[in-house]
Amino acid sequence: MEPTAFTKQQKTPAFIFPSLGWFIFFLIIPLGIVVAFSLMHKGAYGQIEYRLDLGNFARVFEPIYLKTVFRSLLLAAFTAGTCLVLAYPLAYLMARSGDMLKKLILALVIVPFWTNFVIRIYALKLVLGENGLINQLLRELHLIAAPLQLTDNLIGVGIGMIYNYLPFMVLPLFVALDKLDFTLLDAAYDLGASRVQMALKVLLPLSLPGIVTGSIFVFIPAFGEFVIPDLMGGSQSMYVGTLITETFLKSRDWPFGSAMSTLLVLMAMVSFVIVLSRASRDPAAREMRGKRAEAGPVHV
Amino acid sequence: MFKTPFKTPLKPPRIPGKKRRPSLVAYTTFILAALYLPLVALSVLSFRGGPTLFHWYVRAFSDPQLLQSLWNSIFIGVGSTIISTVLGTMAALGLRRPRFPGRVAFESLINLPLVLPEIVMGLSLLVWFSFLKMTLGLFSVILAHTTFSVSYVTLIILARIKGMDPLLEEAASDLGATPWRAFWTVTFPLLLPAVISGALLSFTLSFDDFLITFFTSGVGSDTLPIRIYSMMRFGVTPEMNAISFSVIFFTLLTVVMVFRLRRE
Repeated sequence: MEPTAFTKQQKTPAFIFPSLGWFIFFLIIPLGIVVAFSLMHKGAYGQIEYRLDLGNFARVFEPIYLKTVFRSLLLAAFTAGTCLVLAYPLAYLMARSGDMLKKLILALVIVPFWTNFVIRIYALKLVLGENGLINQLLRELHLIAAPLQLTDNLIGVGIGMIYNYLPFMVLPLFVALDKLDFTLLDAAYDLGASRVQMALKVLLPLSLPGIVTGSIFVFIPAFGEFVIPDLMGGSQSMYVGTLITETFLKSRDWPFGSAMSTLLVLMAMVSFVIVLSRASRDPAAREMRGKRAEAGPVHV
Repeated sequence: MFKTPFKTPLKPPRIPGKKRRPSLVAYTTFILAALYLPLVALSVLSFRGGPTLFHWYVRAFSDPQLLQSLWNSIFIGVGSTIISTVLGTMAALGLRRPRFPGRVAFESLINLPLVLPEIVMGLSLLVWFSFLKMTLGLFSVILAHTTFSVSYVTLIILARIKGMDPLLEEAASDLGATPWRAFWTVTFPLLLPAVISGALLSFTLSFDDFLITFFTSGVGSDTLPIRIYSMMRFGVTPEMNAISFSVIFFTLLTVVMVFRLRRE
Protein backbone atom coordinates (compact mmCIF):
# COMPACT_ATOMS: atom_id res chain seq x y z
CA MET A 1 0.00 0.00 0.00
CA GLU A 2 1.19 3.51 -0.82
CA PRO A 3 2.07 5.51 2.28
CA THR A 4 -0.77 7.91 2.95
CA ALA A 5 -1.27 10.65 5.46
CA PHE A 6 -2.53 8.03 7.87
CA THR A 7 -0.05 5.24 7.41
CA LYS A 8 3.02 7.42 7.46
CA GLN A 9 2.81 8.29 11.14
CA GLN A 10 4.90 6.02 13.28
CA LYS A 11 4.19 7.38 16.73
CA THR A 12 2.24 5.27 19.22
CA PRO A 13 -1.34 6.57 18.94
CA ALA A 14 -2.62 8.34 22.03
CA PHE A 15 -5.98 6.57 21.61
CA ILE A 16 -4.62 3.30 22.93
CA PHE A 17 -3.34 4.79 26.18
CA PRO A 18 -6.61 4.60 28.18
CA SER A 19 -7.09 0.89 27.50
CA LEU A 20 -3.37 0.25 27.84
CA GLY A 21 -3.48 1.87 31.27
CA TRP A 22 -6.57 -0.14 32.15
CA PHE A 23 -4.95 -3.42 31.13
CA ILE A 24 -1.79 -2.64 33.07
CA PHE A 25 -3.74 -1.71 36.19
CA PHE A 26 -6.40 -4.46 36.12
CA LEU A 27 -4.68 -7.27 34.29
CA ILE A 28 -0.89 -7.12 34.37
CA ILE A 29 -0.43 -5.93 37.95
CA PRO A 30 -2.98 -8.42 39.40
CA LEU A 31 -1.34 -11.28 37.49
CA GLY A 32 2.08 -10.07 38.62
CA ILE A 33 0.90 -10.12 42.21
CA VAL A 34 -0.40 -13.67 41.86
CA VAL A 35 2.94 -14.80 40.45
CA ALA A 36 4.75 -12.92 43.25
CA PHE A 37 2.51 -14.48 45.93
CA SER A 38 3.16 -17.93 44.52
CA LEU A 39 6.80 -17.47 45.52
CA MET A 40 6.07 -16.23 49.02
CA HIS A 41 5.62 -17.88 52.36
CA LYS A 42 2.35 -18.32 54.13
CA GLY A 43 2.51 -17.33 57.78
CA ALA A 44 1.02 -19.29 60.63
CA TYR A 45 -2.20 -17.25 60.58
CA GLY A 46 -2.71 -17.27 56.84
CA GLN A 47 -0.98 -13.93 56.36
CA ILE A 48 1.62 -13.58 53.65
CA GLU A 49 5.24 -13.25 54.70
CA TYR A 50 7.38 -11.50 52.18
CA ARG A 51 10.14 -14.04 51.88
CA LEU A 52 10.97 -16.46 49.11
CA ASP A 53 9.40 -19.90 49.36
CA LEU A 54 9.45 -22.31 46.45
CA GLY A 55 7.59 -24.90 48.51
CA ASN A 56 4.22 -23.80 47.12
CA PHE A 57 5.08 -25.24 43.73
CA ALA A 58 6.47 -28.39 45.31
CA ARG A 59 3.21 -28.87 47.22
CA VAL A 60 1.25 -29.10 43.98
CA PHE A 61 3.05 -32.38 43.40
CA GLU A 62 2.10 -33.90 46.75
CA PRO A 63 -0.01 -37.05 46.34
CA ILE A 64 -3.36 -35.59 47.46
CA TYR A 65 -3.08 -32.63 45.11
CA LEU A 66 -1.58 -34.71 42.33
CA LYS A 67 -4.64 -36.93 42.53
CA THR A 68 -6.84 -33.87 41.97
CA VAL A 69 -4.69 -32.79 39.04
CA PHE A 70 -4.92 -36.27 37.59
CA ARG A 71 -8.71 -36.36 38.00
CA SER A 72 -9.00 -33.02 36.22
CA LEU A 73 -6.75 -34.22 33.41
CA LEU A 74 -8.96 -37.27 32.98
CA LEU A 75 -12.12 -35.17 32.95
CA ALA A 76 -10.62 -32.73 30.43
CA ALA A 77 -9.42 -35.57 28.20
CA PHE A 78 -12.80 -37.29 28.39
CA THR A 79 -14.59 -34.04 27.54
CA ALA A 80 -12.29 -33.20 24.63
CA GLY A 81 -12.41 -36.76 23.26
CA THR A 82 -16.18 -37.14 23.48
CA CYS A 83 -16.78 -33.69 22.06
CA LEU A 84 -14.47 -34.50 19.15
CA VAL A 85 -16.34 -37.69 18.33
CA LEU A 86 -19.73 -36.00 18.67
CA ALA A 87 -18.79 -32.81 16.83
CA TYR A 88 -16.95 -34.22 13.85
CA PRO A 89 -19.96 -35.61 11.93
CA LEU A 90 -21.86 -32.41 12.67
CA ALA A 91 -19.02 -30.20 11.40
CA TYR A 92 -18.65 -32.43 8.36
CA LEU A 93 -22.32 -32.12 7.45
CA MET A 94 -22.12 -28.34 7.95
CA ALA A 95 -19.08 -28.05 5.70
CA ARG A 96 -20.79 -30.06 2.98
CA SER A 97 -24.09 -28.19 3.17
CA GLY A 98 -25.27 -25.28 1.09
CA ASP A 99 -24.68 -21.75 2.22
CA MET A 100 -28.07 -21.24 3.87
CA LEU A 101 -28.07 -24.50 5.81
CA LYS A 102 -24.46 -23.93 6.82
CA LYS A 103 -25.30 -20.57 8.35
CA LEU A 104 -28.43 -21.93 9.99
CA ILE A 105 -26.67 -24.80 11.73
CA LEU A 106 -23.80 -22.51 12.72
CA ALA A 107 -26.23 -20.07 14.31
CA LEU A 108 -28.09 -22.92 16.03
CA VAL A 109 -24.85 -24.22 17.52
CA ILE A 110 -23.63 -20.80 18.68
CA VAL A 111 -26.87 -19.36 20.07
CA PRO A 112 -27.28 -21.53 23.22
CA PHE A 113 -23.76 -20.59 24.12
CA TRP A 114 -24.72 -16.94 24.29
CA THR A 115 -27.33 -17.68 26.89
CA ASN A 116 -26.33 -17.51 30.49
CA PHE A 117 -23.95 -20.28 31.45
CA VAL A 118 -25.38 -20.90 34.92
CA ILE A 119 -28.92 -20.91 33.55
CA ARG A 120 -27.92 -23.41 30.88
CA ILE A 121 -26.56 -25.77 33.52
CA TYR A 122 -29.69 -25.17 35.59
CA ALA A 123 -31.88 -26.06 32.61
CA LEU A 124 -29.84 -29.19 32.01
CA LYS A 125 -30.39 -30.18 35.61
CA LEU A 126 -34.14 -29.80 35.08
CA VAL A 127 -33.97 -32.36 32.27
CA LEU A 128 -31.65 -34.81 34.00
CA GLY A 129 -32.94 -34.57 37.57
CA GLU A 130 -34.77 -37.25 39.51
CA ASN A 131 -38.14 -35.88 38.41
CA GLY A 132 -36.68 -34.49 35.21
CA LEU A 133 -37.90 -34.95 31.69
CA ILE A 134 -35.77 -38.00 30.91
CA ASN A 135 -36.72 -39.91 34.04
CA GLN A 136 -40.40 -39.07 33.58
CA LEU A 137 -40.33 -40.23 29.99
CA LEU A 138 -38.58 -43.49 30.84
CA ARG A 139 -41.06 -44.12 33.64
CA GLU A 140 -44.02 -43.45 31.35
CA LEU A 141 -42.61 -45.98 28.92
CA HIS A 142 -42.16 -48.43 31.82
CA LEU A 143 -38.51 -48.84 30.97
CA ILE A 144 -37.36 -48.14 34.49
CA ALA A 145 -38.89 -48.69 37.91
CA ALA A 146 -36.76 -46.32 39.95
CA PRO A 147 -35.47 -42.99 38.62
CA LEU A 148 -31.99 -43.03 37.16
CA GLN A 149 -29.46 -40.99 39.05
CA LEU A 150 -28.19 -38.65 36.35
CA THR A 151 -27.13 -35.64 38.41
CA ASP A 152 -24.97 -35.15 41.48
CA ASN A 153 -22.55 -37.76 40.25
CA LEU A 154 -19.93 -38.36 37.57
CA ILE A 155 -22.56 -38.93 34.88
CA GLY A 156 -23.96 -35.49 35.58
CA VAL A 157 -20.51 -33.92 35.40
CA GLY A 158 -19.78 -35.68 32.11
CA ILE A 159 -23.04 -34.66 30.46
CA GLY A 160 -22.69 -31.11 31.77
CA MET A 161 -19.17 -30.79 30.40
CA ILE A 162 -20.12 -32.15 26.98
CA TYR A 163 -23.22 -29.97 26.83
CA ASN A 164 -21.21 -26.88 27.61
CA TYR A 165 -18.09 -27.52 25.56
CA LEU A 166 -19.49 -29.04 22.37
CA PRO A 167 -19.67 -25.71 20.48
CA PHE A 168 -15.98 -25.04 21.24
CA MET A 169 -15.21 -28.19 19.27
CA VAL A 170 -17.74 -27.71 16.47
CA LEU A 171 -16.44 -24.25 15.54
CA PRO A 172 -12.76 -25.03 14.84
CA LEU A 173 -13.67 -28.33 13.16
CA PHE A 174 -16.14 -26.55 10.94
CA VAL A 175 -13.60 -23.84 10.05
CA ALA A 176 -11.06 -26.50 9.08
CA LEU A 177 -13.51 -28.67 7.15
CA ASP A 178 -15.09 -25.71 5.41
CA LYS A 179 -11.71 -24.86 3.85
CA LEU A 180 -11.23 -28.43 2.70
CA ASP A 181 -11.39 -29.23 -0.97
CA PHE A 182 -13.89 -32.09 -1.07
CA THR A 183 -13.02 -33.01 -4.65
CA LEU A 184 -9.95 -34.61 -3.07
CA LEU A 185 -12.34 -37.17 -1.60
CA ASP A 186 -13.78 -37.77 -5.05
CA ALA A 187 -10.26 -38.15 -6.40
CA ALA A 188 -9.47 -40.69 -3.70
CA TYR A 189 -12.70 -42.50 -4.53
CA ASP A 190 -11.88 -42.54 -8.22
CA LEU A 191 -8.48 -43.97 -7.41
CA GLY A 192 -10.20 -46.83 -5.66
CA ALA A 193 -9.94 -45.84 -2.01
CA SER A 194 -12.35 -47.51 0.36
CA ARG A 195 -14.48 -45.42 2.69
CA VAL A 196 -12.20 -46.09 5.62
CA GLN A 197 -9.14 -45.17 3.57
CA MET A 198 -10.79 -41.97 2.44
CA ALA A 199 -11.52 -41.03 6.04
CA LEU A 200 -8.12 -41.96 7.44
CA LYS A 201 -5.84 -40.91 4.61
CA VAL A 202 -7.58 -37.86 3.21
CA LEU A 203 -10.12 -36.38 5.59
CA LEU A 204 -8.26 -36.90 8.86
CA PRO A 205 -4.85 -35.45 7.88
CA LEU A 206 -6.45 -32.48 6.16
CA SER A 207 -8.69 -31.62 9.10
CA LEU A 208 -5.97 -32.23 11.69
CA PRO A 209 -5.40 -28.50 12.37
CA GLY A 210 -9.07 -28.16 13.31
CA ILE A 211 -8.88 -31.24 15.50
CA VAL A 212 -5.85 -29.89 17.36
CA THR A 213 -7.31 -26.40 17.78
CA GLY A 214 -10.69 -27.72 18.92
CA SER A 215 -9.14 -30.16 21.37
CA ILE A 216 -7.06 -27.40 22.95
CA PHE A 217 -10.05 -25.05 23.12
CA VAL A 218 -11.99 -27.72 25.01
CA PHE A 219 -9.20 -29.29 27.04
CA ILE A 220 -7.77 -26.12 28.60
CA PRO A 221 -10.97 -24.62 30.00
CA ALA A 222 -12.29 -28.07 30.92
CA PHE A 223 -9.16 -28.68 32.96
CA GLY A 224 -9.75 -25.63 35.15
CA GLU A 225 -13.54 -25.95 35.20
CA PHE A 226 -15.07 -25.32 38.57
CA VAL A 227 -18.76 -24.52 38.17
CA ILE A 228 -19.94 -27.63 36.29
CA PRO A 229 -18.43 -30.20 38.67
CA ASP A 230 -19.72 -28.09 41.53
CA LEU A 231 -23.31 -27.94 40.26
CA MET A 232 -23.60 -31.28 38.48
CA GLY A 233 -21.32 -33.46 40.57
CA GLY A 234 -22.75 -33.08 44.02
CA SER A 235 -20.21 -32.48 46.73
CA GLN A 236 -18.10 -35.54 46.19
CA SER A 237 -15.08 -34.95 44.11
CA MET A 238 -12.42 -32.31 43.89
CA TYR A 239 -11.09 -30.87 40.65
CA VAL A 240 -8.36 -28.33 40.01
CA GLY A 241 -10.85 -25.47 39.67
CA THR A 242 -12.59 -26.46 42.90
CA LEU A 243 -9.26 -26.80 44.66
CA ILE A 244 -8.05 -23.35 43.57
CA THR A 245 -11.35 -21.75 44.55
CA GLU A 246 -11.39 -23.39 47.96
CA THR A 247 -7.75 -22.56 48.57
CA PHE A 248 -8.46 -18.91 47.90
CA LEU A 249 -11.87 -18.48 49.49
CA LYS A 250 -11.99 -21.08 52.26
CA SER A 251 -8.55 -22.05 53.49
CA ARG A 252 -7.15 -18.64 52.48
CA ASP A 253 -3.78 -20.12 51.57
CA TRP A 254 -3.04 -17.52 48.92
CA PRO A 255 0.58 -18.51 48.18
CA PHE A 256 -0.43 -22.09 47.41
CA GLY A 257 -3.49 -20.99 45.43
CA SER A 258 -1.30 -18.56 43.52
CA ALA A 259 1.18 -21.31 42.69
CA MET A 260 -1.60 -23.49 41.25
CA SER A 261 -3.01 -20.53 39.32
CA THR A 262 0.42 -19.70 37.91
CA LEU A 263 0.80 -23.25 36.66
CA LEU A 264 -2.70 -23.13 35.14
CA VAL A 265 -1.88 -19.89 33.31
CA LEU A 266 1.41 -21.32 32.05
CA MET A 267 -0.41 -24.37 30.72
CA ALA A 268 -3.03 -22.25 28.96
CA MET A 269 -0.44 -19.89 27.52
CA VAL A 270 1.76 -22.66 26.15
CA SER A 271 -1.24 -24.28 24.47
CA PHE A 272 -2.43 -21.05 22.91
CA VAL A 273 1.07 -20.24 21.70
CA ILE A 274 0.97 -23.60 19.92
CA VAL A 275 -2.36 -22.70 18.34
CA LEU A 276 -1.23 -19.20 17.39
CA SER A 277 2.08 -20.30 15.97
CA ARG A 278 0.16 -22.75 13.82
CA ALA A 279 -2.05 -19.83 12.89
CA SER A 280 0.78 -18.17 10.99
CA ARG A 281 0.90 -21.20 8.73
CA ASP A 282 -2.66 -22.41 8.92
CA PRO A 283 -5.48 -20.18 7.71
CA ALA A 284 -8.12 -22.22 9.55
CA ALA A 285 -6.52 -21.53 12.93
CA ARG A 286 -6.08 -17.87 12.06
CA GLU A 287 -9.75 -17.53 11.29
CA MET A 288 -10.57 -19.27 14.55
CA ARG A 289 -9.16 -16.34 16.52
CA GLY A 290 -11.78 -14.13 14.94
CA LYS A 291 -14.46 -16.75 15.50
CA ARG A 292 -13.60 -16.92 19.18
CA ALA A 293 -14.33 -13.26 19.60
CA GLU A 294 -17.47 -13.60 17.53
CA ALA A 295 -18.69 -16.63 19.41
CA GLY A 296 -19.14 -14.57 22.52
CA PRO A 297 -18.85 -15.84 26.07
CA VAL A 298 -16.05 -18.32 26.33
CA HIS A 299 -15.48 -19.98 29.62
CA VAL A 300 -11.80 -20.55 29.72
CA MET B 1 -4.06 -55.65 -21.11
CA PHE B 2 -2.27 -52.88 -19.22
CA LYS B 3 -2.18 -52.87 -15.46
CA THR B 4 -4.72 -50.65 -13.87
CA PRO B 5 -4.20 -48.94 -10.53
CA PHE B 6 -7.89 -49.34 -9.79
CA LYS B 7 -8.92 -52.05 -7.45
CA THR B 8 -12.45 -51.96 -8.68
CA PRO B 9 -12.46 -50.10 -11.93
CA LEU B 10 -16.20 -49.97 -12.29
CA LYS B 11 -17.45 -47.94 -9.34
CA PRO B 12 -20.49 -45.80 -9.95
CA PRO B 13 -19.60 -42.14 -10.39
CA ARG B 14 -20.05 -39.95 -7.36
CA ILE B 15 -21.90 -36.72 -7.69
CA PRO B 16 -20.10 -34.21 -5.50
CA GLY B 17 -22.26 -32.17 -3.17
CA LYS B 18 -25.37 -34.20 -3.87
CA LYS B 19 -24.55 -36.73 -1.23
CA ARG B 20 -26.08 -36.03 2.10
CA ARG B 21 -26.42 -39.20 4.05
CA PRO B 22 -29.79 -39.45 5.84
CA SER B 23 -28.05 -40.93 8.89
CA LEU B 24 -25.84 -37.84 9.09
CA VAL B 25 -28.85 -35.55 8.83
CA ALA B 26 -30.66 -37.51 11.53
CA TYR B 27 -27.59 -37.34 13.75
CA THR B 28 -27.24 -33.57 13.32
CA THR B 29 -30.90 -33.09 14.11
CA PHE B 30 -30.48 -35.19 17.23
CA ILE B 31 -27.48 -33.20 18.48
CA LEU B 32 -29.19 -29.89 17.85
CA ALA B 33 -32.34 -31.13 19.56
CA ALA B 34 -30.26 -32.21 22.54
CA LEU B 35 -28.66 -28.75 22.70
CA TYR B 36 -32.06 -27.09 22.80
CA LEU B 37 -34.02 -29.62 24.88
CA PRO B 38 -33.02 -28.11 28.25
CA LEU B 39 -33.93 -24.61 27.11
CA VAL B 40 -37.30 -25.78 25.79
CA ALA B 41 -37.97 -27.74 28.98
CA LEU B 42 -37.15 -24.64 31.00
CA SER B 43 -39.57 -22.50 29.02
CA VAL B 44 -42.39 -25.06 29.31
CA LEU B 45 -41.89 -25.51 33.04
CA SER B 46 -41.83 -21.76 33.61
CA PHE B 47 -45.45 -21.52 32.37
CA ARG B 48 -46.81 -24.68 33.94
CA GLY B 49 -48.33 -25.52 37.32
CA GLY B 50 -49.62 -22.11 38.28
CA PRO B 51 -53.21 -20.84 38.33
CA THR B 52 -52.43 -18.46 35.47
CA LEU B 53 -49.91 -18.67 32.64
CA PHE B 54 -47.64 -15.97 34.01
CA HIS B 55 -48.11 -16.93 37.67
CA TRP B 56 -44.45 -17.80 38.29
CA TYR B 57 -43.30 -14.73 36.41
CA VAL B 58 -45.39 -12.49 38.63
CA ARG B 59 -44.08 -14.32 41.68
CA ALA B 60 -40.46 -14.14 40.49
CA PHE B 61 -40.64 -10.46 39.70
CA SER B 62 -42.07 -9.68 43.10
CA ASP B 63 -39.36 -11.54 44.99
CA PRO B 64 -37.25 -8.72 46.45
CA GLN B 65 -34.01 -10.72 46.51
CA LEU B 66 -34.33 -11.88 42.92
CA LEU B 67 -35.27 -8.37 41.84
CA GLN B 68 -32.31 -6.90 43.68
CA SER B 69 -29.94 -9.30 41.94
CA LEU B 70 -31.52 -8.47 38.60
CA TRP B 71 -30.98 -4.74 39.21
CA ASN B 72 -27.41 -5.41 40.29
CA SER B 73 -26.79 -7.31 37.07
CA ILE B 74 -28.27 -4.50 34.97
CA PHE B 75 -26.35 -1.82 36.85
CA ILE B 76 -23.05 -3.68 36.51
CA GLY B 77 -23.79 -4.46 32.86
CA VAL B 78 -24.54 -0.84 31.98
CA GLY B 79 -21.55 0.48 33.93
CA SER B 80 -19.02 -1.90 32.42
CA THR B 81 -20.54 -1.50 28.95
CA ILE B 82 -20.13 2.28 28.99
CA ILE B 83 -16.49 2.13 30.10
CA SER B 84 -15.50 -0.76 27.84
CA THR B 85 -17.23 0.68 24.76
CA VAL B 86 -15.39 3.97 25.14
CA LEU B 87 -12.03 2.31 25.84
CA GLY B 88 -12.51 -0.36 23.17
CA THR B 89 -13.55 2.09 20.46
CA MET B 90 -10.55 4.27 21.19
CA ALA B 91 -8.20 1.30 21.19
CA ALA B 92 -9.55 0.07 17.85
CA LEU B 93 -9.16 3.54 16.35
CA GLY B 94 -5.60 3.68 17.65
CA LEU B 95 -4.91 0.33 16.02
CA ARG B 96 -5.79 1.78 12.61
CA ARG B 97 -2.20 2.88 12.43
CA PRO B 98 -0.54 -0.17 10.86
CA ARG B 99 2.84 0.15 12.55
CA PHE B 100 3.86 1.88 15.72
CA PRO B 101 6.20 1.13 18.62
CA GLY B 102 4.56 -1.38 20.94
CA ARG B 103 1.80 -2.43 18.56
CA VAL B 104 2.52 -6.16 18.83
CA ALA B 105 2.67 -5.96 22.62
CA PHE B 106 -0.60 -4.04 22.77
CA GLU B 107 -2.30 -6.53 20.47
CA SER B 108 -1.18 -9.43 22.65
CA LEU B 109 -2.49 -7.56 25.67
CA ILE B 110 -5.89 -7.27 23.99
CA ASN B 111 -5.96 -10.98 23.27
CA LEU B 112 -4.82 -11.91 26.77
CA PRO B 113 -8.27 -11.84 28.46
CA LEU B 114 -9.56 -14.19 25.75
CA VAL B 115 -7.00 -16.87 26.53
CA LEU B 116 -6.49 -16.33 30.25
CA PRO B 117 -8.29 -18.94 32.38
CA GLU B 118 -11.31 -17.09 33.74
CA ILE B 119 -10.79 -18.39 37.24
CA VAL B 120 -7.29 -16.87 37.32
CA MET B 121 -8.59 -13.54 36.09
CA GLY B 122 -11.20 -13.53 38.84
CA LEU B 123 -8.91 -14.48 41.68
CA SER B 124 -6.06 -12.21 40.58
CA LEU B 125 -8.49 -9.28 40.71
CA LEU B 126 -9.68 -10.46 44.13
CA VAL B 127 -6.08 -10.47 45.34
CA TRP B 128 -5.42 -7.04 43.82
CA PHE B 129 -8.58 -5.45 45.23
CA SER B 130 -7.88 -6.75 48.70
CA PHE B 131 -4.29 -5.56 48.35
CA LEU B 132 -5.69 -2.10 47.58
CA LYS B 133 -8.02 -2.46 50.58
CA MET B 134 -10.97 -1.87 48.27
CA THR B 135 -14.42 -2.90 49.45
CA LEU B 136 -15.87 -5.57 47.18
CA GLY B 137 -19.22 -4.60 45.74
CA LEU B 138 -20.93 -3.42 42.60
CA PHE B 139 -18.04 -1.11 41.80
CA SER B 140 -15.35 -3.81 41.93
CA VAL B 141 -17.45 -6.07 39.71
CA ILE B 142 -17.80 -3.27 37.13
CA LEU B 143 -14.01 -2.87 37.06
CA ALA B 144 -13.54 -6.62 36.65
CA HIS B 145 -16.13 -6.96 33.87
CA THR B 146 -14.73 -4.00 31.98
CA THR B 147 -11.34 -5.70 31.90
CA PHE B 148 -12.58 -8.58 29.74
CA SER B 149 -15.21 -6.62 27.80
CA VAL B 150 -12.69 -4.11 26.42
CA SER B 151 -11.00 -6.91 24.47
CA TYR B 152 -14.19 -8.07 22.79
CA VAL B 153 -15.31 -4.54 21.92
CA THR B 154 -11.90 -3.71 20.46
CA LEU B 155 -11.78 -6.86 18.34
CA ILE B 156 -15.29 -6.38 16.97
CA ILE B 157 -14.68 -2.75 16.00
CA LEU B 158 -11.26 -3.58 14.61
CA ALA B 159 -12.83 -6.18 12.32
CA ARG B 160 -15.14 -3.50 10.97
CA ILE B 161 -12.29 -1.01 10.50
CA LYS B 162 -10.32 -3.58 8.50
CA GLY B 163 -13.21 -3.83 6.07
CA MET B 164 -13.43 -0.07 5.69
CA ASP B 165 -11.81 2.07 3.01
CA PRO B 166 -9.15 4.25 4.72
CA LEU B 167 -9.24 6.62 1.76
CA LEU B 168 -12.76 7.80 2.64
CA GLU B 169 -11.57 9.82 5.60
CA GLU B 170 -8.68 11.14 3.52
CA ALA B 171 -11.08 12.18 0.80
CA ALA B 172 -13.00 14.14 3.41
CA SER B 173 -9.88 15.97 4.52
CA ASP B 174 -8.94 16.63 0.89
CA LEU B 175 -12.32 18.25 0.51
CA GLY B 176 -11.41 20.57 3.36
CA ALA B 177 -12.85 18.87 6.43
CA THR B 178 -10.89 19.18 9.64
CA PRO B 179 -9.66 15.80 11.00
CA TRP B 180 -12.24 16.11 13.77
CA ARG B 181 -15.05 16.75 11.33
CA ALA B 182 -13.83 14.04 8.94
CA PHE B 183 -13.92 11.57 11.79
CA TRP B 184 -17.40 12.46 13.06
CA THR B 185 -19.08 12.79 9.68
CA VAL B 186 -17.37 9.96 7.77
CA THR B 187 -15.63 7.40 9.94
CA PHE B 188 -17.85 7.32 12.99
CA PRO B 189 -21.17 6.72 11.20
CA LEU B 190 -19.54 3.83 9.35
CA LEU B 191 -18.27 2.39 12.61
CA LEU B 192 -21.49 2.86 14.54
CA PRO B 193 -23.02 -0.58 13.85
CA ALA B 194 -19.82 -2.21 15.12
CA VAL B 195 -19.76 0.07 18.17
CA ILE B 196 -23.36 -0.85 18.99
CA SER B 197 -22.84 -4.55 18.49
CA GLY B 198 -19.68 -4.32 20.61
CA ALA B 199 -21.66 -2.60 23.35
CA LEU B 200 -24.44 -5.21 23.20
CA LEU B 201 -21.90 -8.01 23.34
CA SER B 202 -20.21 -6.34 26.27
CA PHE B 203 -23.51 -6.09 28.13
CA THR B 204 -24.33 -9.74 27.39
CA LEU B 205 -20.91 -10.87 28.57
CA SER B 206 -21.27 -8.91 31.78
CA PHE B 207 -24.82 -10.09 32.35
CA ASP B 208 -23.76 -13.72 31.80
CA ASP B 209 -20.58 -13.76 33.76
CA PHE B 210 -20.46 -16.05 36.72
CA LEU B 211 -16.91 -16.90 37.65
CA ILE B 212 -15.30 -13.45 37.67
CA THR B 213 -18.30 -12.03 39.53
CA PHE B 214 -18.06 -14.90 42.00
CA PHE B 215 -14.58 -13.75 43.00
CA THR B 216 -15.02 -9.99 42.86
CA SER B 217 -18.49 -9.38 44.31
CA GLY B 218 -19.01 -8.74 47.98
CA VAL B 219 -21.89 -8.99 50.40
CA GLY B 220 -25.10 -7.59 48.94
CA SER B 221 -23.81 -7.29 45.39
CA ASP B 222 -25.09 -10.65 44.12
CA THR B 223 -25.78 -10.65 40.42
CA LEU B 224 -28.52 -12.77 38.90
CA PRO B 225 -26.23 -15.69 37.90
CA ILE B 226 -24.75 -15.71 41.41
CA ARG B 227 -28.25 -15.65 42.91
CA ILE B 228 -29.42 -18.52 40.70
CA TYR B 229 -26.27 -20.44 41.54
CA SER B 230 -26.85 -20.16 45.26
CA MET B 231 -30.58 -20.93 44.91
CA MET B 232 -29.77 -24.02 42.86
CA ARG B 233 -27.93 -25.52 45.79
CA PHE B 234 -31.21 -25.53 47.76
CA GLY B 235 -33.27 -27.04 44.99
CA VAL B 236 -35.42 -25.93 42.13
CA THR B 237 -38.34 -23.52 42.35
CA PRO B 238 -40.80 -22.49 39.63
CA GLU B 239 -39.84 -18.84 40.19
CA MET B 240 -36.30 -19.71 39.16
CA ASN B 241 -37.63 -21.19 35.93
CA ALA B 242 -39.51 -18.00 35.23
CA ILE B 243 -36.63 -15.65 35.86
CA SER B 244 -34.19 -17.92 34.01
CA PHE B 245 -36.37 -18.07 30.96
CA SER B 246 -36.86 -14.30 31.00
CA VAL B 247 -33.08 -13.90 30.95
CA ILE B 248 -32.73 -16.36 28.07
CA PHE B 249 -35.46 -14.60 26.16
CA PHE B 250 -33.81 -11.20 26.46
CA THR B 251 -30.39 -12.61 25.67
CA LEU B 252 -31.71 -14.15 22.47
CA LEU B 253 -33.31 -10.85 21.55
CA THR B 254 -29.95 -9.14 22.02
CA VAL B 255 -28.18 -11.79 19.94
CA VAL B 256 -30.64 -11.31 17.09
CA MET B 257 -29.98 -7.57 17.25
CA VAL B 258 -26.20 -8.09 17.20
CA PHE B 259 -26.43 -10.40 14.19
CA ARG B 260 -28.64 -7.92 12.36
CA LEU B 261 -26.15 -5.13 12.97
CA ARG B 262 -23.26 -7.33 11.90
CA ARG B 263 -24.93 -8.08 8.58
CA GLU B 264 -25.21 -4.43 7.58
